[in-house]
Amino acid sequence: MDTSVENGMITRSDLPLRVINSTPEAILKTKKRARRSFRQIRTENIFKRTLMIMGLVMVILVLGILLTLIVQSLPSIKSLGLKYLWSKVWDPVQDIYGAWPFLLGTLLSSFLALLISIPFSIAIAIFLGEYHPKGWLPDFLKNAVELIAAVPSVIYGFWGLAVLVPIVRNLESHIGVEPIGVGIFSSSLILAIMIIPYAASLGRSMITMVPSHLKEAAYGLGATRWEVIRSVVLPYTKSGLFAGILLSLGRALGETMAVTMVIGNTSLIPKSIFAPGNTMASVIANEFTEADKPVYLSALIELGLVLFLVTVVINLIGKKIIDRFTNE
Amino acid sequence: MKLSSFKIKRSLVAGVFFAVVSVSLVSCGGGGGSTSGSDSTASGNSDDNTLIGAGSSFDNPLFSKQFSEYNKTNGLKVNYQSVGSGAGISQLTNKTVDFGASDAPMNGKQDSALTGPAIHIPITAGAVVLSYNLPEVKDTLLLTPDVLAGIFLGTITKWNDAKIAAINKGVKLPATGIVIAHRSDGSGTSNVFTTYLAKVSTDWNSKVGKGSSVNWPVGLGGKGNEGVAGLVKQTPGAIGYIELAYAVQNSMPYAKVQNKAGNYITPSIASVTAAANIQIPADSKVSLTNTDAADGYPISSFSWVLIYKEQKYNNRSLDRATKLLKLISWMIHDGQQFSSALTYAPLSPAAVTTGDAILKSATYDGKPILQ
Repeated sequence: MDTSVENGMITRSDLPLRVINSTPEAILKTKKRARRSFRQIRTENIFKRTLMIMGLVMVILVLGILLTLIVQSLPSIKSLGLKYLWSKVWDPVQDIYGAWPFLLGTLLSSFLALLISIPFSIAIAIFLGEYHPKGWLPDFLKNAVELIAAVPSVIYGFWGLAVLVPIVRNLESHIGVEPIGVGIFSSSLILAIMIIPYAASLGRSMITMVPSHLKEAAYGLGATRWEVIRSVVLPYTKSGLFAGILLSLGRALGETMAVTMVIGNTSLIPKSIFAPGNTMASVIANEFTEADKPVYLSALIELGLVLFLVTVVINLIGKKIIDRFTNE
Repeated sequence: MKLSSFKIKRSLVAGVFFAVVSVSLVSCGGGGGSTSGSDSTASGNSDDNTLIGAGSSFDNPLFSKQFSEYNKTNGLKVNYQSVGSGAGISQLTNKTVDFGASDAPMNGKQDSALTGPAIHIPITAGAVVLSYNLPEVKDTLLLTPDVLAGIFLGTITKWNDAKIAAINKGVKLPATGIVIAHRSDGSGTSNVFTTYLAKVSTDWNSKVGKGSSVNWPVGLGGKGNEGVAGLVKQTPGAIGYIELAYAVQNSMPYAKVQNKAGNYITPSIASVTAAANIQIPADSKVSLTNTDAADGYPISSFSWVLIYKEQKYNNRSLDRATKLLKLISWMIHDGQQFSSALTYAPLSPAAVTTGDAILKSATYDGKPILQ
C-alpha cells in the first residue's frame, strides 16, 4: 500500500482521497459553498413549513365551515329536532320545516344523473385512453370534454330551459305523463352533461397508465381488443374509474344554478322522475335572501349542514369501496 | 441550481400569499357568519354626501332613475343595494344602511328586532298580474278571486272548468290542464299575491297563508320574475303571477281580475293608483290588496321606504339625517314624475299627504327635522 501526498491530494493506488485545501481562495470558496448550502437548508425548511401550513389551513377551513354550519343551525335543531330530516312539509309561513323533499330531490337527481352519465364518461375514457390516445380527432374530443367542465353552470341552466325542457315536454306528452318539461328528469339530464368530464378525464388518464406489458401479454395470448379492455384495462383501472365517478357525484350533489332553473322548485315530494322537485342547494339559493325569521334562516343553514354531511358520507363510502377494489 | 432556487422562492411567495388569503378567509368565516359584515357604512360615516339604502328589488329601476336625477340637482349620492325586501329590513335592523325599502310592511317580529321604532313612507305602488299561456284564447281572460284561489289551491285543474267558463262566456277554453308557475325565491311579489289570496279566500288563508315564501300546494317555481315568465311563456296552459312592469315591458298577456266592488279591472298604472286612493292609516302600513276603490286593481301594493323614527343613532350627524329626509320628501313629490315611464304607479294624493305627515314625525335627538 503506497501512499503519497501531492498537490493536496493524498493518493492511494487503489483509492483517491481528498484533503482540505487551505489556500485563502479555496477557504473563501468553501465558506461560500457552506453559506449557500445553509441557505438551501433554510429554504427547504421554510418550504416544508409552508406546505404544512397550507395543509393545516385546509383542515381548519373545512372544520371551520362545519362548525359555522352547526352553530348557525342550532336554533333550528333545537326547535325542530331530528324529525327535520324526514318531515315532509316545508312551510315558512307556519315555521314548519322538513328537509325530506329536498333530500330526496337531491339524491334522486344526482344518482339519476350519475346513471345517465356513466356510459358516456366510461366510453369517452376508453376511446381516448385506449383506442385513440393521439391524433387531431382525439385531441379535439379531449378539449371539447374539458370545455364542458369549463362552461358556467348558469349557461347550462339557460340552455336546459330553452332547448332541453321543450324536448323533454314533447317526450312526456308522448309517454303520457303530465307534459310540463321541467322536473327531476330534466335536471338529471343537465347534471349528467355537466358531470361527464370529471369521470371521463380521470378515467382517461387512468387507462393510459395501464402498463403496456400487461396489454401486450394479453394480445400475445390472442385476446381481442374488447377482451383486453374487459379483462385487463377495466380491472386494472376500476378504482380510478370509480374515483372519477365519485368526483362527478360530488359535483352533481352540490350543483345549484343549473338545477334550480330546470327542476321546477316545488316543496312537494316528487311522485315520479318526471315530477317537479327541488334540491337542497337550490332551496338555499332561492330562499336565503328573504329568510326573514330566525328559525327560517337557521333551517336553511341546517339544510346546508345536511348537504355537507350527505357529501361527506357518500365520499366516505366511496373511499371504502375504492380501498376494497385496490386491496383485492 | 440558480433556476431551481428561483423556482422555490417563487413558489414560496405564492405559498405565503395563499396562506394570507386563506387565513383571512378563515377569520372572516369565524366572525359568526352574520349577514352584516360591513361596519364602515351608515354609522358615523365621514362622507355625509353618500347615503346608503338596501332592500326591494322591485323598487330598484325607479330608485336608480330618481337617485340619478336627484344627484344632478342636489349632488347627493345614494348607493342602493337591490338585495330584496327581507334583506333590506335586516340591514336596517343592523343599522348598516340609512334606509331600507320593502314591498311589505314590517311584521311584528321584525318590528321587535329593532332598537327603536321605524317609520314607513309609501314611495311607489305596483301590481301583480296573472299572466297566462293560452294560444287559442284571443280575448283577455277574466278571473274572479274565487277562481284564482281555486286555481292556485289546485282545486281547479282544467282550463275548461265550469267555474272559469262561467265568467268567461263565449270564450273557447281548451281542455288542457292548468300549470301553475310561482316564484321559487322569497319575494315581495309573492308576499303581495299571497296576502291578496289570504284576504279573498278563507281556504287559502288556513291552508297556505301569506308570506314572501309559502308552501305552494301545486305548481312549478321559477326564480325571479324572469323565471316565472319563462315558465309561463314555455308551457302551454300555464298561469303565473309577475310584476305589472315586467309583464308590460315583455308584452305578456295578463288577466283582468274582479275587484271587491265587482268590476273586472285591467291592471295598469291608472288602476293601481286608483287602488291606492283609499283611506290610508296614519302609519301608512296598509295593504292595497282587495282594495275598496271601485276602479282599483285588487292585487296592488305600496312599496315603502323604512327609516328609524329617531335619526340620532350610531353617531349620525344632523346633516346626514336632514339630507335623508329631504331626499325621501323629494322622492314622494317631484320624484314621482319618473314613475309612469318605468311602469310604476305614481302615489295617490292621499298617499303623498300621509307620507308628508310621517316624514315630519321623524326626529333628531327628539327634535323634528323637517318643518
